[in-house]
Amino acid sequence: MKKIFSRPQCMTDVRTHYCPGCGHGIIHRLLGEVIDELKIRERTIGIAPVGCAVLLYDYFDLDIIEAAHGRPPAVATGLKRANPENIVFTYQGDGDLAAIGTAEIIHAANREEKLTVIFVNNAVYGMTGGQMAPTTLIGQKTATSPAGREASTAGYPLKVAEMLANLPGTVYVDRTAVNTPANIAKAKKAMRTAFELQIRGLGLSLVEILSPCPSYWRLTPQESMKWLEEKMIPCFPLGVIKKAPPKRRS
Amino acid sequence: MSKKVLMCGNEAIGEAAIQANCRYYFGYPITPQNELTAYMAGRLPEVGGVFLQSESEIAAINMVYGAAAAGMRAMTSSSSPGISLKQEGISYLAGAELPAVIINIMRGGPGLGNIAPAQADYFQATRGGGHGDYRTIVLAPSKVQEMMDLTRLAFDLADKYRNPVILLGDGLLGQMMEPVEFKVESLKLKGKGKKTSTNKKPWALTGAKGRPRNLLRSLYLGTLEQHNQHLQEKYKKISRKEVRYEAISLKDAEIVLIAYGTSARISKAALAKARKEGLKVGMLRPITLWPFPSDIVAGIAGRAKALLTVEMSAGQMVEDVKLAGEGKCPVHFYGRMGGGVPTAEEILAEIRKI
Amino acid sequence: MHEEIIMAGFGGQGVIFMGKFLAYLGMRKGNQVTYLPSYGAEVRGGTANCTVIISSEEIASPLSSCPYTAIVMNKPSLDKFEPRIKKDGLLILNSSLINRDPDRDDLKIIKVPATEIAMNLGNSRVANMVALGAYIIQKKVVPLKTVLDHLQDVLPKRAHHLLEINKEALREGAKIK
Repeated sequence: MKKIFSRPQCMTDVRTHYCPGCGHGIIHRLLGEVIDELKIRERTIGIAPVGCAVLLYDYFDLDIIEAAHGRPPAVATGLKRANPENIVFTYQGDGDLAAIGTAEIIHAANREEKLTVIFVNNAVYGMTGGQMAPTTLIGQKTATSPAGREASTAGYPLKVAEMLANLPGTVYVDRTAVNTPANIAKAKKAMRTAFELQIRGLGLSLVEILSPCPSYWRLTPQESMKWLEEKMIPCFPLGVIKKAPPKRRS
Repeated sequence: MSKKVLMCGNEAIGEAAIQANCRYYFGYPITPQNELTAYMAGRLPEVGGVFLQSESEIAAINMVYGAAAAGMRAMTSSSSPGISLKQEGISYLAGAELPAVIINIMRGGPGLGNIAPAQADYFQATRGGGHGDYRTIVLAPSKVQEMMDLTRLAFDLADKYRNPVILLGDGLLGQMMEPVEFKVESLKLKGKGKKTSTNKKPWALTGAKGRPRNLLRSLYLGTLEQHNQHLQEKYKKISRKEVRYEAISLKDAEIVLIAYGTSARISKAALAKARKEGLKVGMLRPITLWPFPSDIVAGIAGRAKALLTVEMSAGQMVEDVKLAGEGKCPVHFYGRMGGGVPTAEEILAEIRKI
Repeated sequence: MHEEIIMAGFGGQGVIFMGKFLAYLGMRKGNQVTYLPSYGAEVRGGTANCTVIISSEEIASPLSSCPYTAIVMNKPSLDKFEPRIKKDGLLILNSSLINRDPDRDDLKIIKVPATEIAMNLGNSRVANMVALGAYIIQKKVVPLKTVLDHLQDVLPKRAHHLLEINKEALREGAKIK
């Protein structure tokens, strides 16, 4: 019998700790497929964030370093500058990248660091128990916005991708989602583009991925997909925010 | 061939780092250590290295964390308020067992304090500084030549033990110029130097090619106690093997001064004056503040009539002196704070009081 | 042999260079030396000073609360450092820019119209070397010839076309007793 579906080679045979309906599992798999397809496993270094994806290092058979909360872009800078031939990616959540690590991501992008950033936006702090994130929607109830986020006291959902796209140091900024098969395919394509740009030696690319968190959205997995579609996407519109430079003709 | 060159302490550290094969420096401006950052900015590109002025001290220490993870000799430098910001990263370096050299050219505190020399970060440096049960090796130079020598040593110790090493100087040592001996060849070092570390580092992250993948982390769910036990074993070994100090006129000493860095050089002058008056004064200058030369202090406390610890702080190292002395003799303290530097006369007056 | 000297003046008067040069000369002669600049916020707003210690023995502190010598290039520096000089110490002052007499009568005072001499030589910026020349003759930490011979070691390459005028300034200063 022909095997038509298998685990990406760069991933380990381990069951993940993610909650049912969580988007991280899908995103991990896409990441694994892209690394396999580009044949870069042996020169790739991953940076695990603080957040739900902290155990990412258990799921990938890659050289991996775990970084302090928000600091992956700085750690990645050190690694990439030390060995420019390595392919270095950070995998960061919204708390990591858009709150505590705002300075690090902006300045890594502004320095045109040759990095690939996978930014998982699920509008909530998952690991610590569902607190308000910088990307939490207006009116969204969380452990620390029990009456729903109010702009007057808690500010607005932070659109980091749009901010970063304004910097000359970013080469590619895209926002995708993993709520439908079509969007999942787009997310994979965007991740592949982001890695290809780094292989070409170009600057920082960021792929934001809207991802469901049923546990802290207090919804079923199915309802989460709907909520993502109806609530999150209007606030964080999908699509390329900064187009990748065209490939050179060979 | 060696040559005497007049250099300020901050620049001497920079040149020593380059001689020690450090090719990665990440830093953020702060007085009184700016000459070091500027030196690295000028010098590292000449030897094929990387200089990067980071957006913050936090980013700088994390860049060091990244470069160290890649197996490279990496350094950052700052002064007291900036070192407070780096503590998070230093804790992670200690937890993930990554070698790195951190320079603290101390200034007055707390808070913004001032930019004058101080020794008020002794607790922070020797107790770990950040969160968790960890130690950093702490080296305390007292002249410009020693800033150079101990910087080189710092890189060797960091690699040997896979542990962060702090060089603890102060504004006076950083700013002052003194003659230092250099190998002339190294001063002319130009062009693409060897970028990798001299030591083999099989744990470094280079991409998992032809070997099992490497993982660097400080997160140990379920096995953190074992990891801590392993770290403590390492710290015990360092404590046994790496204590360094300078002993002066201890043989017949009745009163023994204990001081490091700038305080030590001034105490040495006070010692000379006291001896001229016929007072039997000796001195112990810890060079490693951690590991602290506790056994040596214990021995001295058993023989001397009194110890006098001199610091540019409200009294920090004196606690280690008291712990080591175990009450065998009285321990006195003289300190200046907030940028005050003791004079030899002040110390002599304290000696006479005893 | 032990000498502690404070040099002070406006930024741009070359007191930092004068201090480094003197420390270098002391080192060349085989002495222990330290040089310590004022730094940071302290040097904003125009005044600069540095402390040089030259000694045949190990130097404890690079600070000098009570210098043996002060070279003051402007009036604020005279006001600040005159009271600190050691009893019977040496005070060299730039009389071109200081219009008052020192208050103390125990000091040996050498009035050097340093800026005037420098301008007559064609460049007011060599006033520091005029003052240094006057100092060298007083304290003789190194012979004048050594000073002249080693100026090119420390003068930045971009200023080497000014070597001769700097030497001339040193010689002119050395004539003042």
